[in-house]
Amino acid sequence: MSSFWSIWITVITLGSILGCFLLLRWCLSNKTGVAEGDDMHHEFDGIIELNNQLPRWWTILFYICIVWALIYLALYPGLGNYKGLINWQSSNQNIQSLAESRAATEANKTNGVINQYDREVEFANELFAPIFEAYYKQPIPELAKDPEALKIGQRLFSQNCSQCHGSDARGQRGFPNLTDDDWLYGGSPEKITETLINGRKAMMPAQLAAHGEDGIEELVAYVLSLSNRKLSGQKYVDDPSLNQSMVDGGKGRFAVCAACHGQDGKGNQMIGSPNLTDQIWLYGGTDKSITETLRYGRNGVMPAFKTTLGEKKIHLVSAYVYSLSQDK
Amino acid sequence: MSEAIQVHPEYNYKVVRQFAVMTVVWGIIGMAVGVLLAAQLYWPALNFDTPWLTFSRLRPLHTNAVIFAFGGCALFATSLYVVQRTSNVRLFSDKLASFTFWGWQLVIVLAVITLPMGLTSSKEYAELEWPIDILITIVWLSYVINFFGTMVIRKVSHIYVANWFFGAFMLTVAVLHIANSMAIPVSLTKSYSIYAGAVDAMIQWWYGHNAVGFFLTAGFLGMMYYFVPKQAGRPVYSYRLSVVHFWALISLYIWAGPHHLHYTALPDWTQSLGMAMSIILFVPSWGGMINGIMTLSGAWHKLRTDPILRFLVVSLSFYGMSTFEGPMMAIKTVNALSHYTDWTIGHVHSGALGWVAMVSIGSIYHLIPVLFDKPKMYSIKLINVHFWLATIGVVLYIVAMWMSGVLQGLMWRAINSDGTLTYSFVESLEASKPFYLVRFIGGVLVVVGMSIMAYNVYKTIRSESEEKAIEPEVQPA
Repeated sequence: MSSFWSIWITVITLGSILGCFLLLRWCLSNKTGVAEGDDMHHEFDGIIELNNQLPRWWTILFYICIVWALIYLALYPGLGNYKGLINWQSSNQNIQSLAESRAATEANKTNGVINQYDREVEFANELFAPIFEAYYKQPIPELAKDPEALKIGQRLFSQNCSQCHGSDARGQRGFPNLTDDDWLYGGSPEKITETLINGRKAMMPAQLAAHGEDGIEELVAYVLSLSNRKLSGQKYVDDPSLNQSMVDGGKGRFAVCAACHGQDGKGNQMIGSPNLTDQIWLYGGTDKSITETLRYGRNGVMPAFKTTLGEKKIHLVSAYVYSLSQDK
Repeated sequence: MSEAIQVHPEYNYKVVRQFAVMTVVWGIIGMAVGVLLAAQLYWPALNFDTPWLTFSRLRPLHTNAVIFAFGGCALFATSLYVVQRTSNVRLFSDKLASFTFWGWQLVIVLAVITLPMGLTSSKEYAELEWPIDILITIVWLSYVINFFGTMVIRKVSHIYVANWFFGAFMLTVAVLHIANSMAIPVSLTKSYSIYAGAVDAMIQWWYGHNAVGFFLTAGFLGMMYYFVPKQAGRPVYSYRLSVVHFWALISLYIWAGPHHLHYTALPDWTQSLGMAMSIILFVPSWGGMINGIMTLSGAWHKLRTDPILRFLVVSLSFYGMSTFEGPMMAIKTVNALSHYTDWTIGHVHSGALGWVAMVSIGSIYHLIPVLFDKPKMYSIKLINVHFWLATIGVVLYIVAMWMSGVLQGLMWRAINSDGTLTYSFVESLEASKPFYLVRFIGGVLVVVGMSIMAYNVYKTIRSESEEKAIEPEVQPA
């Protein structure tokens, strides 16, 4: 803010408060020319007004509020660029990145700035860090049997993961079920932790340009055949050999898919490509859903939680997620 | 009381009658939509999977209908009545008055059509799209010209305090409406605000809070300053108090908007400044309440027999309560608990139902017999029934929302010994559910009361009697 605007704000703020004060003083001293308690000698449609003194308790309340506001505006930012006597700020405003935020937090400590958000985070860390520190030293399979640790993991999951994966962790269309034994990137404690820390980016490329409409239908027929199913169109039901010829056509085209999903279509956890031979479908397993997946591709994003939660909390979330598939 | 003013000039009552009747009609409609919304929050299936019946589209219809249709018609009716009576002169222009009435009804009808269609500028309490905004501006100017024109040609030397408040209300609302609605149209039904980011938010709440401060407070204080002394037959308690609280109120309200944006991207200095001014604002707000209540001293016994006066007094009590609650909620520490919870909804309704609606209802009950040349309302008993329904309804509503709001605030911030949050959002929603039922019941009582009022008004207008209204005599102090 330029110093012009800063002065502008300061002047009209203090001017308004001072104005209220002077107005109050002026009215207290009865400049109406009418005796106190008398009527004002105006009359409007039968209504007259009395010239009573302002109630004393109300006047005192007014003074108190004015003094309070002036003290508050002296201590805290409010008058334009003036920072306030106690050097308080709510948070690091005007920062553009995490790096800037961290730098500002450090700078605040050396400059003696009271940053409310930083202080609260620091307070919470001091209070709760030892709890997470202790759990961090234990291996995940052990924590997966510790009811207290699982409770904490579950709470962290409810607040950070349930928005996509559901409060029961069974997922929804586009977001995997975490309670079964089917894992896109692996279900070992290490793999789950890796997924949580760094996140995952999955990409199924669109195939329409490469294969054309007919090619896509053949591929759908072949993908369906991997889990022992057939195209559902009436002509394919009437004539199974027609379905078979589509499957054969698709098989030839599948070579390009095999690069990720493998020759047998069982997928590859190294790159997160799904198994196409089971009944679990992230984006739906009907003809229509598979057609859409093949035509336009899919993009899946699991966000990285490294900076949001930190490795120690992630350790407990991992234990909770790991435990979900261990009960079975 | 001098003999001269007993001979009234031929006032323009036509426009007052029109607005007074429409106050009741729009009151029932706006509040009924509110009850439907309250029901939807308890039984979500009540939107019937129909887009125009969903909460998101009906909510702006409810707020616009109760504030600008019900509250607006009440303000037009009373201000145009009061300015004539207290200036002892007929309205400046009858044609402008007609234009204001029909123009405003057109605005409301357009709102009733476009909001459920999903056409919205998405600015809270200013959702109507740009062509309607322009229409509002024109209609509003016709009103402002007529009101001030009447004051210019007045036959009394001073300007009565009610007219200060009405004047401040209409000038400020004009400025607020025009500044906040500035937008770039992309089609007949869509526009984008010319402001962006935190500036947009600040302009929005500068407008939003002063819609409360000037439309819903200053305007209704104008109403209070005429109808309370008139109905009580007592002189206004303190002229000097009205001077202080008028100037302090209008100069402080305009600063208070940022308290709606505590702990957001709004710069810290703006937030603190908004909070400091909101705290001082508490005192002039109470100045109005004190002046109203003290006007009744010496007439307290009338409360036993006069339910209209009871409406006016209870409205002042709710005004005092909400204007204490508001500055308190503007304190950052309190706001950290109350913000985004149902407490805010409760606060708004203690102001809107308790203060605005009750003072309007009382004033309309006073007005109807005068306007239609009847000795009194058709049934005083039914006014009494309405009074109790409204009071119990409002109390149920705001107590339910206080409890729900504080509960939500506490649940959202509750943490376990490990620092994790104790509750998920859905758990807090579940905890609020019983209170939503109580709120719905409170709302139903209020609407039933309004329907009784409509019946009473209808019977009064239709009654045979040609006797003149007997106005309460003003007793010497």
